[in-house]
Amino acid sequence: MLIELLRPLDRKLIRDLWAIKGQALAIAVVIGCGVGMYIMSKGMLISLAETRAAYYERYRFADVWAPVKRAPDALLQQINDLPDVRRAETRIRAGVILDVEGAAAPITGEIQSLARIAGPHINDIVLRRGRYPDPIHEEEVLALDAFAEAHRLEPGAHLYAILNGTKKKLTVTGIVQSPEYVYAISPGEIVPDKKRFGVLWMNREALANAFDLDGAFNEAVILTSAGSSEDALLERLDRLLKRYGATGAYGRSQQISDQFLTNEIQQLETMGRLLPPIFLLVATFLLNVVVGRLIDTEREQIGLLKAFGYCDRAVALHYLKMIGAITLIGILIGVILGLWLGHGLARMYQDYFRFPFLLFRAPADVYLLSIGFSLVVAAVGTSSSVLKVLRLEPAVAMVPPPPPDYSRSARWLEKLARWIDQPSRMILRHLYRWPKRAAMTSIGIAMSMGLLIGSSFSLDAMIYMVDISFNVIDRQDVTVNFVEPRNVRAVQDVLHAPGVLAAEPFRAVPVVLRNGQRSRREAIIGLTPSADLGRLVDTDLHPVPLPRHGLVLSDKLAELLAIGAGESLRVEVRTGRRPELEITVAGIVKTFMGTQAYMDLESLNRLLKEDIAISGAYLLVDPDQTDALYAELKSTPVVAGVSLQEQAQNAFYETLQESLGTFVFFNTLFAGLIAVGVVYNSARISLSERARELASLRVLGLTRGEVSYILLGELALLTLAALPLGALLGYLLAWTLVQSFNTELFRIPLLVSSSTYGYAVLVVVVAALASGLLVRRRINQLDLIAVLKTRE
Amino acid sequence: METPINMNRDDHPAFRAEQLTKFYGSGESRVYALRGVDLEVPRGEMVVLLGPSGSGKSTLLNILGGLDSPTEGRVYFDSWELTAFDDWHLTKFRREYVGFVFQFYNLIPSLTARENVALVTEIAENPMAPERALELVGLGKRMDHFPAQLSGGEQQRVAIARAIAKQPRVLFCDEPTGALDSKTGIVVLEAIARVNRELGTTAMVITHNAAIAAMADRVLHMADGQIQQMEVNSHPCDPHELSW
Ligand SMILES: Nc1ncnc2c1ncn2[C@@H]1O[C@H](COP(=O)(O)OP(=O)(O)OP(=O)(O)O)[C@@H](O)[C@H]1O
Ligand SMILES: [Mg+2]
Repeated sequence: MLIELLRPLDRKLIRDLWAIKGQALAIAVVIGCGVGMYIMSKGMLISLAETRAAYYERYRFADVWAPVKRAPDALLQQINDLPDVRRAETRIRAGVILDVEGAAAPITGEIQSLARIAGPHINDIVLRRGRYPDPIHEEEVLALDAFAEAHRLEPGAHLYAILNGTKKKLTVTGIVQSPEYVYAISPGEIVPDKKRFGVLWMNREALANAFDLDGAFNEAVILTSAGSSEDALLERLDRLLKRYGATGAYGRSQQISDQFLTNEIQQLETMGRLLPPIFLLVATFLLNVVVGRLIDTEREQIGLLKAFGYCDRAVALHYLKMIGAITLIGILIGVILGLWLGHGLARMYQDYFRFPFLLFRAPADVYLLSIGFSLVVAAVGTSSSVLKVLRLEPAVAMVPPPPPDYSRSARWLEKLARWIDQPSRMILRHLYRWPKRAAMTSIGIAMSMGLLIGSSFSLDAMIYMVDISFNVIDRQDVTVNFVEPRNVRAVQDVLHAPGVLAAEPFRAVPVVLRNGQRSRREAIIGLTPSADLGRLVDTDLHPVPLPRHGLVLSDKLAELLAIGAGESLRVEVRTGRRPELEITVAGIVKTFMGTQAYMDLESLNRLLKEDIAISGAYLLVDPDQTDALYAELKSTPVVAGVSLQEQAQNAFYETLQESLGTFVFFNTLFAGLIAVGVVYNSARISLSERARELASLRVLGLTRGEVSYILLGELALLTLAALPLGALLGYLLAWTLVQSFNTELFRIPLLVSSSTYGYAVLVVVVAALASGLLVRRRINQLDLIAVLKTRE
Repeated sequence: METPINMNRDDHPAFRAEQLTKFYGSGESRVYALRGVDLEVPRGEMVVLLGPSGSGKSTLLNILGGLDSPTEGRVYFDSWELTAFDDWHLTKFRREYVGFVFQFYNLIPSLTARENVALVTEIAENPMAPERALELVGLGKRMDHFPAQLSGGEQQRVAIARAIAKQPRVLFCDEPTGALDSKTGIVVLEAIARVNRELGTTAMVITHNAAIAAMADRVLHMADGQIQQMEVNSHPCDPHELSW
C-alpha cells in the first residue's frame, strides 16, 4: 500500500480526510460552485467583450450612424472633413417587407447597399458561404446568416421583397454575418426572432434605382478618431445634415444590436459579482464549523502529539494540509465546472449573438483570482481553529473537556420544556446551548433559498413584464408601418383588409428631447384620445386617458431626462419643417420596455403644422383570418413593416425558456447543493458530537426512529427557521438584480410570486430531507458498543 | 411482544446461554471474545462477573442485554430466544425488561437528573415515578440538577435510577464503580443491592474488584472467553461491610 510509505502524520491526514469524505466533498462542491460560477461569468464576460472588440475592430464597426432622408453623394467629402471624423462612408438602408416560400406571415427586414468597390469598408460583412452579387445582376442579394438559417436559404435560393412599393423576386448569392447584426433584432422587439427579421445586402446601383436614390444616400456611417467627443460630432452632423432630412445622428450606445450586447455583458457582470460570493460565504461557514469541530474532537490527540515533541508548527501544518486539500479539491471542481459551463454558455450565446467566432476563454488572472478567493475563504473560515491548535497546551489538551453545561437555560425555554417530552427538551436545550452554530446553519440554508428565489423570480417577472406590455399596454395583434406618413383616412383602407376587427392610427415623429444637458433621440408617438389598443397605464397598471395637450413620458424616459410632470421639455422635431418646440410634460406612465413619449395625435400634427398624417396603425385581428390578412399585407406597397404581437410573445417565451430556463436550472442545482452541504454537514457534526448520547438512548431502549428524531428534529427546526429568512434574502437578491437589470431596453418588475417562494421552499425541504436520510442511515449503523466502551 | 407464558415460574432462569461464541475478524487475525459459554442465571440473583481484562466480560454482558449478537450460540430470556430477535424486537426488549449501567455514566447532559430518568419512564409500560427511582438511589434532593452539576458518584446513581425506573427484570452493570473512589463506589453498590433486594431485579455486575464479589449470590470467573469457575455464595454480605 502506498499509504505505508507516508510519515505517520500524513497517514493520519489521509485517514482523517477519508473519514470525513462526505463532509469534505460537500464543502469542496460549494467552493467549486462559487469558483465555477465566477470563472463562467467572468470568463464569458471577458470572452464576449473581447470577441466584440475584435470583431468590431476587424470589420470596422461604425462609431456613428447618421440617417437622412436623401443627401447627394457629394456631401461625403464634407462629412469626411468634419473634425473627429476618421473616415466616413455613405449607403442606402431601408425597411422592407420580405416574403419567403413557406412563411405565412410577412417578415420585417432591412436592406442595405453594398459598397461599389471591394476593399475594407465600415461595417464590413463576413461572407460565410456563396459569393458577392454580380454588379450586372440587379436581383442578386446577400442574406444575414441567422435569417437564412431559419428559412433554410442557401446560395441560389429565391425570396421576395417589397422595395419601395414594388414587389421584386431576389436571388440569394451568399450568406453573411455583420457586426451591425450580432444580435439580429427588429427595432421595438425584445428578443431576436431569426424567422421574423431578415437583412439583405444589394448592389448600390440596384438599390438606388429601387428607392429613387441615384447619386444619393440615406445614411452615413462614420469612424471617429481616437479621443474625440461623440456628442460634439453628433451636433455637427445634425447641423450639416439638417437640410437633408436628418432624423438625428447616434452613436453605438443607441445602435440596437450593440445595446443588447452591452446589456448582456452588464448582466454577466452582475451575476459574477453577486452569486459567487454567496457560495464562498457558505463555504467559509462550512469550513469554520467542520474544521472547528474536527479540531475540538482531536484536542487530546493534538496534546499528545505536542507531548511527544511535535512542534506547534508541525501540528498546525497537519491541519492546514487537510484544509488545503479540501480547498484544492474545491478549486479543481470549480475550474472544471467553470470551463464546462462557460463552453456551454458560449454555445448557447452563439445562437443569439452571431459572431464569426465565439470561444470561451478566461484569462489566467480569472483563474488566479478565483483560486485566491478560495484560499482567502479557507483562511478566514479556519484561522480561529488553526490558532487554537497552535495555542493548545499539551497538558490542557490531555484533560478531557468538561461535560457541556446545560444548567444556564432561559426561563422561557424551561417554561416551554414543561409541556414537551424529554427528546424535544434535548433539541431545544441543545439549540439554546449552541446558538451560534444553530444560527449559522439556518443562515446557510437561508442563503441557498435566497439564491433560488433570486434566480427564479426573474422568470416570473419577465413573463409578467411581457404579459403587461403586450396584453395591458400594447394590446394590438398587428402593427403596420407605412413607408411614408399617410393621410388619416388610410386607417379606413386598413380597416377593410380581411380579418381586421379594429384599427387605430398612430404617428411616430423622430425628435430629439432635451432637458438641460440631457438629451435623447426618440420618437414621439401620437395616439388618438380614444385609443384602446395602444394604451397608457399608470403605476397601478390602470389605463389612463391621453391628455389633450402636452407630452406623456414613460417612467424610464422621464428618469433619463431627469424631468417630472409639469416641467417643460425642449423638443426638436427631425422631420418635415423641423420645428423646435417647448412642450410641457403632462404625465408620466408606467412602461416595462423601451423609452416612449406619447402625445395626442391631433395636437402633435398641429404642432408640426401638418395635416393629420399617420405613420401606421394598430390592428385587432380575427385569428381565423390571419392568413388572408398576411397575404394582403405582403403585397401592399405602402406597408414598410409589420410586427406581429403573438409571434413576438412566442419568440420571447421560447428564448426565456432556453436561456433563463437553463440559468434557473443550474442555480436550482447549485442552491440544492448548498442546502445539502449545509444540512448534511450540520447533521454529520451533530451526529459525531452526540454519537455517545444517541447510543446511550438506544441502549435505554429508544428506537432508531426516536433517536433520529432528536437529531433530525433539530435540523427540521433549523430548516424551518431558515425559510422566512431565506424568503427575505431572496427578496433582497431579487431587488438587487432588478436594480441592475433596469435599462432603457427593459425593466423587470420586482415581483416574486408565491409559486417562486413555494418552489424555493420545496427545493430546500427536499435537500434537507435528502441530507436527513443520509444521516439517518448513519444513525441506524451506530455501533453501540464501540461508542460506550470509550470515555468521552 | 406478548408476555412469556411461564413468566411467573420462579424456578425458570432469568437467562440461559448455550454455546455462546463471539469472534472478530477472520483467518490469522481472528480474535475470540467468547469461546462457547454456557450459562444459567437464576431469577432475582445478584451475579458478579470477575476476570482479567480482555477475558470477554463486557462482550457476554452486552450479548445477554441485547446490545450485541453472538457469532454462534443462543441466548434465552425466559422462553424468548433473544438471538432470533431483529433490531426492533431487541429495542423493545431493552425498553421493557433491561436496565444498563456503564462505567462512564452516559447521562444526557442536556437533561436534568429527573428528566434523564423520565426519558425512560415516558416510554416504558410499567415504570415507577422518576422521583421514586431517584429517592431509591438517595438523590431525592438533586433531582433538578444537570449532569454537569453532579459529582461522578451522583451521576452514576442517576444512571442507576434511570436503569431501574422502568422496573426492569434484569440490571446489567459494566464496571459501575470503575471511575469512583471506594466510598462513593460503596454508595453506588448499595443502590444496586437495594434494587436487587427490594424489587427482585436480577443483577449482573462486572468488576475488576474481587472484594465486591462478597456481596454476590453467585460469582462467575471468566478467562480467555470462557467461564472458568462459578461460586455460589450462600451468605452475601451488605455492601457497606465491603472495603477496598
Ligand atoms: N470490535 C472489536 N474488534 C476486535 N476485537 C474486539 C472488539 N471488541 C472486543 N474485542 C476483543 O474481544 C475480547 C473481549 O473483549 P471485552 O471487551 O469483552 O473484554 P473485557 O473482559 O470486558 O475487558 P475489560 O475488563 O478490559 O473491559 C478482547 O480481546 C478484545 O480485544
Ligand atoms: Mg469490559
